[in-house]
Amino acid sequence: MEETITKSDIIKPENLVYKKTDLMTDNVLSYCPGCGHGTTHRIIMETIEEMGVQKDTIGIAPVGCSVLAYEFMNIDMQQAAHGRAPALATAIKRLLPYKTVFTYQGDGDLAAIGTAETIHAANRGENITIIFINNGIYGMTGGQMAPTTLEGMKSSTTPYGRDWEMMGHPLKITELLAQLPGTYFVSRQAVHTPANVRKTKKAIRNAFELQKLNRGMTFVEVVSNCNSGWKMTPVQANQWMVENMFPFYPLGDIKVDGELVKK
Amino acid sequence: MTEEIIIAGFGGQGVLSMGKILAYSGIMQDQEVSWMPSYGPEMRGGTANVTVILSDERISSPILTQYDTAIILNQQSMDKFEPMVKPGGLLLYDPNGITRHPERKDIRIVRIEASKEAAALGLRKIFNMIVLGGYLKVKPLVEFENVILGLKKSLPPRYHHMIPDNEKAIKRGLEIVEEVQ
Amino acid sequence: MKKELRLMKGNEAFAEGAIRAGVDGYFGYPITPQSEVMEYLTAEKPHERTGMVVLQAESEVASINMLYGGAGCGKKVMTSSSSPGISLMQEGISYMAGAELPCIVLNVVRGGPGLGTIQPAQSDYFQATKGGGHGDYRLITLAPSSVQEMYDFVKLGYDLAFKYRTPVMVLSDGAIGQMMEKVEIDEQIPRTQDEEIRSKYPWATMGKTPDRERNIITSLDLDPARHERHNLKLQAKYREIEKAEIRFETIQCEDADFLFVAYGTSSRICQKSIQLCREKGIKVGLFRPITLFPFPKNDLKQVARGCKGILSVEMSAGQMIEDIRLAIEGSVRSEHYGRMGGIIPSPIEVAEALEQKFIKS
Repeated sequence: MEETITKSDIIKPENLVYKKTDLMTDNVLSYCPGCGHGTTHRIIMETIEEMGVQKDTIGIAPVGCSVLAYEFMNIDMQQAAHGRAPALATAIKRLLPYKTVFTYQGDGDLAAIGTAETIHAANRGENITIIFINNGIYGMTGGQMAPTTLEGMKSSTTPYGRDWEMMGHPLKITELLAQLPGTYFVSRQAVHTPANVRKTKKAIRNAFELQKLNRGMTFVEVVSNCNSGWKMTPVQANQWMVENMFPFYPLGDIKVDGELVKK
Repeated sequence: MTEEIIIAGFGGQGVLSMGKILAYSGIMQDQEVSWMPSYGPEMRGGTANVTVILSDERISSPILTQYDTAIILNQQSMDKFEPMVKPGGLLLYDPNGITRHPERKDIRIVRIEASKEAAALGLRKIFNMIVLGGYLKVKPLVEFENVILGLKKSLPPRYHHMIPDNEKAIKRGLEIVEEVQ
Repeated sequence: MKKELRLMKGNEAFAEGAIRAGVDGYFGYPITPQSEVMEYLTAEKPHERTGMVVLQAESEVASINMLYGGAGCGKKVMTSSSSPGISLMQEGISYMAGAELPCIVLNVVRGGPGLGTIQPAQSDYFQATKGGGHGDYRLITLAPSSVQEMYDFVKLGYDLAFKYRTPVMVLSDGAIGQMMEKVEIDEQIPRTQDEEIRSKYPWATMGKTPDRERNIITSLDLDPARHERHNLKLQAKYREIEKAEIRFETIQCEDADFLFVAYGTSSRICQKSIQLCREKGIKVGLFRPITLFPFPKNDLKQVARGCKGILSVEMSAGQMIEDIRLAIEGSVRSEHYGRMGGIIPSPIEVAEALEQKFIKS
């Protein structure tokens, strides 16, 4: 009789090449296939696991596609009103200074409705980490213009492309924040290739480690895609991102050890 | 006993702090007290007034339109508050800067040359304490020692070196207040 | 031992009450007529006295969301503002009600609408007692009428806020905030330690430990059936509050032919008006709701039994009168007398209004 290989023959510790971190729940991700949110969630959770700080970490979910981040991240979390995550984080960190506190926010949440909270939390030098996902569009509400939408880029509220004379310029909020003395580490990364995933993970680890120094805000922008909002396949979206987003939002560290770095 | 007082004058004359010292003195004497200022932009250099109530009972309204006593330190306040003194009530005023003196016949009127006296003593800042002394002479509702305790309580410690001058001013007020009618 | 007595403004008494009640964090934004709250707190250095955090936020919007964050961690948090600022906070208050977070919000009411005036008013009654923000929720609303109550209601407010996991509003006004009265100061209550928070408030986001599931503070639920269940739970809580937490005071109601119904500053005015009326032989009493939500419906109906008339006295166009009429169900004639725009009615005019509406007419 021919031997058949069953699932239990394959799932053995010696065959293990990849395992999802326990800090990601088993809930099915609500993100579109090809979206950068899932990858970014995973590397944040891996970082928290590797640092062994699960019991001392409090995360804050925004309003936007990642409003349900708490369904996927197996840590204590709060869900904030639109744009107010840095205000929540400010209070949590001040009341519990020994905790690791981070917000996870999209471009509409952080750079439009929440601009005041973002800038003032940074300017006060709150010892928190902000993970900022920039895909240049409002994903959850169906692809409207974001503050970071590129010039000429189409969205459901800029159907003929963003015209700066009417809609203003795309906002480089990350560069703006790096100017403030209250930020200590500011970096812009991406998660579209394995190499970039590794760099992003390093930046996030850095941001969390540096938070413990109490020298100010640490901030990691992840330039990401939105294939459904951009009306592209995941592959096309990543390519478009490389060709169009990266020239305007160049990757790399912007501020290290409280000093702006040249690019 | 319930004594309902309005103290009114210019901002900077120490109207509010005089009321506060009087209220604190009441607390030192186990009385119920309230202190209700006018507030807002009108305080910035304009008129200032405060309603102070001292009572042996729970105080009802801290805001009034009729008073047992009006302490009046400028003409606007004279015009506004003279009619609001209860019949048989007291009007105490400093004639300095007053162009129209009180005209009512159904109230007791006393005057105190407090600003003149403060200038003579070289103690302009405690003009209000001279007025307070005058009031306490006419209506000795709180004992002198409780007034000094109230003074200590209401002044921040950094001003405690001024207490002897304040005490002197209150005593001077007791002496110079004069009956008009 | 005789308690310490101080002469304090309502706003200062509230701030001292916060330190003494062991509050963990105050987050606020300046606005007249309540700025003394934060001024007092910063001058008192509560971080040295108890470890309390005091932070001037960039806006009222940020302040209330700071409360959300802190309350989510089981901390005693508070803010204070005045009418226009409270309007800005309504979104955050709605989120806190939805997420069932305890906190105290002090509204030192000034006249509106819009920027209005800085003078006292009671025109935010609807906003405070009927919800204020979006969605079906209520706030426990406490109405202090003296400086002592401004102090006392901090502790009472937290007892209720944590018991029911709900925001509590202290609805004061510019007159009570700015006036000074005698205040009895309590002993210091220590702040709650973090380990105690973990055991007392197992819902708090203090960091996930292996012995429990992760805690999530949210007001969102995209499943309508589950979200309806959540709403029903909130409503059941409000019904329980209506049963258990009614507070009110009656003054000279025993032989009264007429009742004033008034809260806060108006109730103080009415106490003088009672004297003036009784001097004329008109027997008037005062029914003072202390909780505006829950409104003391049954008690008012009881006290009003046999009365010839009720006069609701408010510094508004007539807001509480609607609750009064629901309470008495037409059993007694009820009228409203109010002033607006920052004008405080005088005891004489209130007494005259009663005569005008019920006796001379």
